[in-house]
Amino acid sequence: MATLAPGAPGVLARTREALVRPRTLVAIGATLVIGYLALIPLVYLLLTTFTDATGAFSLDGFARAYGDPRIGQLIGNSLWFAAGSALVSLVVGTGLAYFNVRTDVPFKALFFAASIIPLVIPGILYTISWIFLASPTIGLLNSLLEPIFGPGTFNVFTIWGMIWVEGLHLSPIAFLFMVAAFRSTDPSLEESALMSGASRVQTFRRVTLPLVRPALLSAALIMLVRSLESFEVPALLGLQNGIYVFTSRIYQVLRGYPVDFAGAGALAVGLLALAALGVWLSNRAGGGSATITGKGFRPRPIDLGRWKPVVGVGILAYFFVTVLAPLMVLLYTALLPYYRPPSAEAFASMTLDNFIKVFNLPSVPTALKNSLVLGAGSATIVMALMAVAAWVVVRSDIPGRQILDHIAFSPLVIPGLVLGVGIAFVYLRSPLPIYGTLLILLIAYCTRYLPYGMRYAVSGMQTISTELEESAHVSGAGWWPTFRRVLLPLVAPALLAGWVYIFVVSFRELSSSILLYTPGNEVLSISIWELYANARFGELAALGVLMVLVLVVLVAIAYKVGARIGLKD
Amino acid sequence: MLTISNLVKSFGGESRSGGGRVLAVDDVSLEVGEGEMFTLLGPSGCGKTTTLRSVAGLERPDSGRIVVGDRVLFGRGINVPANQRGLGMVFQSYAIWPHMTVFDNVAFPLQVRKRSQRPSKREIRERVGKVLETMELDHLADRQATKLSGGQQQRLALARAIVIEPPLMLLDEPLSNLDAKLRENLRYELKRLQRELGITSIYVTHDQIEALALSTTIAVMKDGHVLQTGRPREVYESPNCKFVAEFIGTSNFLRGKVVSRVGDCVEIDTDAGRVQLVSSAQVPAGEEVLAAVRPESLELSTTGWGNRPNEWPGTVTNRAFLGEAVDHIVRVGQTSLRVRCNPSVSIKPGTDVFVATEPSKVTLVPVG
Repeated sequence: MATLAPGAPGVLARTREALVRPRTLVAIGATLVIGYLALIPLVYLLLTTFTDATGAFSLDGFARAYGDPRIGQLIGNSLWFAAGSALVSLVVGTGLAYFNVRTDVPFKALFFAASIIPLVIPGILYTISWIFLASPTIGLLNSLLEPIFGPGTFNVFTIWGMIWVEGLHLSPIAFLFMVAAFRSTDPSLEESALMSGASRVQTFRRVTLPLVRPALLSAALIMLVRSLESFEVPALLGLQNGIYVFTSRIYQVLRGYPVDFAGAGALAVGLLALAALGVWLSNRAGGGSATITGKGFRPRPIDLGRWKPVVGVGILAYFFVTVLAPLMVLLYTALLPYYRPPSAEAFASMTLDNFIKVFNLPSVPTALKNSLVLGAGSATIVMALMAVAAWVVVRSDIPGRQILDHIAFSPLVIPGLVLGVGIAFVYLRSPLPIYGTLLILLIAYCTRYLPYGMRYAVSGMQTISTELEESAHVSGAGWWPTFRRVLLPLVAPALLAGWVYIFVVSFRELSSSILLYTPGNEVLSISIWELYANARFGELAALGVLMVLVLVVLVAIAYKVGARIGLKD
Repeated sequence: MLTISNLVKSFGGESRSGGGRVLAVDDVSLEVGEGEMFTLLGPSGCGKTTTLRSVAGLERPDSGRIVVGDRVLFGRGINVPANQRGLGMVFQSYAIWPHMTVFDNVAFPLQVRKRSQRPSKREIRERVGKVLETMELDHLADRQATKLSGGQQQRLALARAIVIEPPLMLLDEPLSNLDAKLRENLRYELKRLQRELGITSIYVTHDQIEALALSTTIAVMKDGHVLQTGRPREVYESPNCKFVAEFIGTSNFLRGKVVSRVGDCVEIDTDAGRVQLVSSAQVPAGEEVLAAVRPESLELSTTGWGNRPNEWPGTVTNRAFLGEAVDHIVRVGQTSLRVRCNPSVSIKPGTDVFVATEPSKVTLVPVG
């Protein structure tokens, strides 16, 4: 220090100056909040799992959870369920994607309709619809088939039923994933195989499939992780017959008495490790061989010729099974005063009573209000945070900015139920009076949707030329005026799109909420859960129909906003 | 060898009959002889690629007839699928399969043949080896296809197209993805190979120099129509319309009225002065016409010749040194002419000069 020339600013002074610049303060603030949201639940999850009642290090939780004689069956069920669902969704999704992108298959509009199904029908409603369709006792399909095959043809309360429902619910996601893969493959690679004399089947097997193999592998792992994390299907379909997977077992342990926090934590840590492994492998697989593409190719659909009607019928069947049947059974149930198989009397007895009754239940109006408040609140907080965080990651030269990116994306790896466990552990121990309030749900939602917000904000900011900001700087604007008057208005459409998306997905949130809600703090999906538990199917279906209608409107808005700024989910 | 008759192909519009459809190929008829290197030349969107893809079977024409040898590939009620046409094709992007080795890429067309026509493994190895040798790729046979340079990829694409010894090879702008220097080398390489192998080829390009250098015949296309077909020299020296004259090389245009016509010798009055030219076109006196002259067919002199038929006084307004030539812009009457001179000639702007050309170097082009 002493050797510095007089008048030269010292290192300390320079550092201090850099630190108090508003841009740095804002960046640090955002990083702290994001870090708190994303990391603290994990820390407490590990703390609780690895300590005993006195706070000393202990592996007892693991011993209890994994020493259970049924643990082998649990892991087996989890993997079998995940692999089966992944396979169903991939086969269906890949087939549909190929026909949609590469051929002149009819009914292309239906593909789009089917692809938004996971957004507009929450998992819990979808699962319950399938119970209405294929339960051995009340299933509509079973009563339709009873005259031919006798009672109980289908039984959804089996591992096969679980795989079927989860696989179908995931298939649109696999479809969107593979559509992107097929679109990014140069069709001339297939055309040159045709020109070489290969038949369609040979071309598909020897050129198309190998080319999309990295994407296929990556999608397979993502579907595997999503089914592992799935809570609704195993809880509603599996628990009844004692088919446990990780998520449903964690739920059951936490609802038992006395509550074994460390044991539940140990299972959650195991599930988290599996999910993280899957995501990591998937990222590695996706980054594989690059496709050589020509410049500016326009996809030319293959003429299906005489197969066109066959494929068309297949598409219609898929659409009926995945979209129409679940929605119709929901509507059917909602209109009946009490549940019964279809008959002339059943149709004659239809009324709108359930729609009125459901709003007279004390919890439902509160739940609706809570869902709206939580959706708007978490969307606003996340997008505001991400506007700054995206700037730090995309534009700033702050060292270590990539870490912020990783932290913001980390909740993507954390299963919703595990996040719920972690957050519950944090605020059970915390002296802050947050547990048992709506605030805990808000924190959970904000954490879960950090990655989505980040993706929207970052890709929005990347499309904006740096020169626009530089010219503001040159014109004399400092960081904040530039950020507020140039950058924010330009990324506003992307932020808005992210906001709407988070609002939409927060509506169907169940797996985190289920561990964090307390009576009086229900959200819509919890209301549906409780109505199912109380076997009030009519009101449940009515609420479900209303929820789907609201989501359809919201998703339509989301797509409108998203399409305008060129972003698609 | 290849006969295309009245080919029509339209795109766009949801319904077959609905509005908004664009005629990409509008009544195109072509005749390609055995062993020819036939080039479809035109700006983007002229229908050249669509014509080629229709021959390949990758595009289904609305109507017309495509015959290779004595085999009808497309015609009334007949549409042979692309994979049964047995043609070779080199794509603009090369479409080299990135998941296969060099050898596998070339062997593929042989491996996917019907079992009864499929050569034995040994024969496949031999034939692929021979083709790779011709293309000087034999030392790279086991390499992953993505690990090749641009020029090597181009030769690999070519190897894959000729391995089945097709009667007709289709080339879709195969040089457009390469840098200028490599492109020039490969142009000669391609010409040599095509001549040696004797494969009838159809070549699509928008690059007029490539077309002139490579082709035995050029068909110039615009807006789905063929405007002119002929030997490269014919098309260059006697363009039959303004578009061809402008698209291939650069042309000076002089607008005027026919004054007299004696045999093949036509005299027209332009605002640059009297122009004499040789043309067999039947143009009556008084008709409005365009005379086209290439910049390199014009000569420049500060003193003048005094006895030449097409000699006009003018003033240099601008000049540009191009390395291999010097372009002078000379104002003659109301018209600016581009004159390409030997690099040793360089005349200061403002100088009064004379411009001259031979009547045989001037082409008569219909107005419009």
